[in-house]
Amino acid sequence: MASNTKPATRKAAIVGGNRIPFARSNSKYAQASNQDMLTATLDGLIARFGLQGKALGEVVAGAVLKHSRDFNLTRESVLGSKLSATTPAYDVQQACGTGLEAALLVANKIALGQIESGIAGGVDTTSDAPLAVNDDLRRVLISLNNAKTVQDRLKALGGFRPGMLAPEIPRNAEPRTGLAMGDHAAITAKQWQIGREEQDELTVRSHHNLAAAYDRGFFDDLVTPFLGLARDQNLRPDSSVEKLAKLAPVFGKGDGATMTAGNSTPLSDGASAVLLASDEWAADQGLPVLAHLVDGQTAAVDYVHGGEGLLMAPVYAMPVMLARNGLTLQDFDFYEIHEAFASTVLATLKAWEDPAFCKEKLGLDAPLGSIDRAKLNVNGSSLAAGHPFAATGGRIVASLAKMLHEAGPGKRGLISICAAGGQGVVAILES
Amino acid sequence: MSDWYRDFANSGFGTTITKQLGLPRPGRLRRYEPGTPLLPGPAVVGSAGEGRLRDTVAAVLKDAGVTVQSPVTADGATDGEKPSAVILDATGLTAPGDLAAAHDFLAPAVKRLRATGRVIVLADPPADASSPAQAAARQALDGLVRSIGKELREGSTANLIYVPAGAEASLASPLRFFLSGRSAYVDGQAVTLSVAELPAGADADKPLAGKVAVVTGAARGIGAAIAKVMARDGAHVVAVDIPAAGDKLAEVANEIGGTAFQLDITADDAPERLIEHLRERHGGVDVVVHNAGITRDKLLVNMDAARWNSVMAVNLQAQLDITQALLDADGVLKPDARVVCVSSQSGIAGNRGQTNYAASKAGVIGMVRAWAPAFAERKATINAVAPGFIVTEMTAKMPLGTREVGSRLNSLQQGGLPVDVAETIAWLSQPGSAGVNGQTVRVCGQSLLGA
Repeated sequence: MASNTKPATRKAAIVGGNRIPFARSNSKYAQASNQDMLTATLDGLIARFGLQGKALGEVVAGAVLKHSRDFNLTRESVLGSKLSATTPAYDVQQACGTGLEAALLVANKIALGQIESGIAGGVDTTSDAPLAVNDDLRRVLISLNNAKTVQDRLKALGGFRPGMLAPEIPRNAEPRTGLAMGDHAAITAKQWQIGREEQDELTVRSHHNLAAAYDRGFFDDLVTPFLGLARDQNLRPDSSVEKLAKLAPVFGKGDGATMTAGNSTPLSDGASAVLLASDEWAADQGLPVLAHLVDGQTAAVDYVHGGEGLLMAPVYAMPVMLARNGLTLQDFDFYEIHEAFASTVLATLKAWEDPAFCKEKLGLDAPLGSIDRAKLNVNGSSLAAGHPFAATGGRIVASLAKMLHEAGPGKRGLISICAAGGQGVVAILES
Repeated sequence: MSDWYRDFANSGFGTTITKQLGLPRPGRLRRYEPGTPLLPGPAVVGSAGEGRLRDTVAAVLKDAGVTVQSPVTADGATDGEKPSAVILDATGLTAPGDLAAAHDFLAPAVKRLRATGRVIVLADPPADASSPAQAAARQALDGLVRSIGKELREGSTANLIYVPAGAEASLASPLRFFLSGRSAYVDGQAVTLSVAELPAGADADKPLAGKVAVVTGAARGIGAAIAKVMARDGAHVVAVDIPAAGDKLAEVANEIGGTAFQLDITADDAPERLIEHLRERHGGVDVVVHNAGITRDKLLVNMDAARWNSVMAVNLQAQLDITQALLDADGVLKPDARVVCVSSQSGIAGNRGQTNYAASKAGVIGMVRAWAPAFAERKATINAVAPGFIVTEMTAKMPLGTREVGSRLNSLQQGGLPVDVAETIAWLSQPGSAGVNGQTVRVCGQSLLGA
């Protein structure tokens, strides 16, 4: 059960962030491992805030696609970075919610006074993906390894078939439905009657907003170049509805299909990190406080049997968090709704506007209502930047914190991120 | 990057060959290492006329633990340790006739000078002379020192320091610099001091301790070397470069325990953002090094507006705008601030294909000269350094012939290193360098170009 009241604690400060530009899959970062990217991202953050040799409370990060060698990914990255080797670290994984969940975990420990500072991050590569030997071959190899006599060994080897050489490739599909995430999203898009044009319009806005943000130097203290990339590789500053209209649908079937490679996020590689701290620690280090992480909420939906859309969990998390904080959906100056697919953002907004859905599914007397679209993803989001799964949360937290800081004190920002497995994470930031 | 020719010329076989063929014989330069003495050997101090700087010189040498030898007369003893420095106090000159005493002192002393030695002449500025004869005598030293610089071999240098009346206290820091390995590639230069209030008690090993220093263009090359030397001398370095160079910048910042600040210094809001950053993170700034620079070479007749404008914007206008904004911003530029601007030999000598670059770098020289009085009023200083042929990634890409010839066209017969420029800038940034203001110091090994 979600808590309905907030205990008296301090709020964790967001000091700043760093990420590497996001690359398209199998391109600029094809040779970079998760550890390479996370370490470089940490080092960029360390350089920005002068953290060389410092021991922080902890570093929490994760990756969705991990090699077995990455079992202690975050700690190994810390050891490879310029931080003090006495900084503890642990990995988390909550699909696309990883980055934001990591920030909540660090913020909560700061709020409780257990640590004074910490870094939350995430990294993913779809290029340097873990290929595994398939289960049949794996069993043969394990039997071979366990065999004690020559006879046993030969017997074990006798079980080998050439077909076993085909590797296990990680798939961007839900294990319980066999459907790709995009196909799930297409079902939701159809259910909520999300049109092609509004998806393309949202996509174009994302590209234009991100390009403008780069041009005015917004990312100068949020991004550090990596392997020859200084801006997100997926960014198309000259994107237009006309150009996007030419793309054929790739998810969903038949005439009603609306989701294309343009209005869906591409597979991408990248990493992000956010520096969180207590106000006292930040002041002590002469570091700024951009915003505070006020609250967060996670929810999950039964997309397998329950009839809810795979990516709709944030819709459920939101009213719980708003009620706990005595806020309405309209009480925010910026909205950051992760653009897994343009249709996901639009379906989410539509659900909050729908009286019947809000009453029946969310148990609300009145719908959460609509938001001012001019406040949505004002510096671009995943459709333009790309979406290395676990890195998206850190990208959003750091960018939103900076936006709130620029807007002045007392401003509020809302984050909503959907994740595989029917999960979702939402959070409130305040300057 | 190693200087293969210098190494060859200093080898046993190479010495024979280069001597017989009359080829250049570049010596190994003595560069500063923390913890090493100011001079490897003793110093000989003498004067022409009644000098007034003996006490200051003696104090500096004593403080540095340098043994002082008496002047050697032409027929005098030549025993004892060979000197590493020859210092002539020529502040007593009244007329050209007195110069004979300078010759009498210098000739035998310089003859005994060991490798990587230093010849330093101290004089009053010619402009302050009370008679044309006195002005002539003082100006004559300029020709004398420059010629000595060209005659010295084995990494030795000769420099001239003009010390106006009342500026005696200003001499200590420049004298230490020119004696030390920090000035390895500064040769044949004349620096004019000014009267200034000197801060008390500087840490000789960490002269920049507690200072916040901004270095633009710090991601690589000379800028990275400046950042490293500043950090070595105790400063917290705010390393600035364009966002696209951010990865290299972060590496530099992490190596020296500084911070990286990605900023396009030509952006309209760049001064404002830099000031905001310095105010918020560091409560102000003590040292600003305008190092960022670009080249866009083309012959004048082929040069388009984009090439001209971009070079001017980065190399000159940004320095002006940021400096002005720092002066205007309340409390950001500390009262005893140091601003050091990177000019270039091209700005002094001109260079074919570099009308834009040379114009911008000459502009820098005019800028520091014009700003010096205003800086002096706030007990601050603004100076420029003009690097000559400095061996960097950029020069490594030059054709071998051009590079070899270019690097030998100076009295030290070799290219300088980025650290040589950095040492000079770090020296100008020291609190003790308060009496060096509005100057342009060439770091060129006494280049033949523009001399």
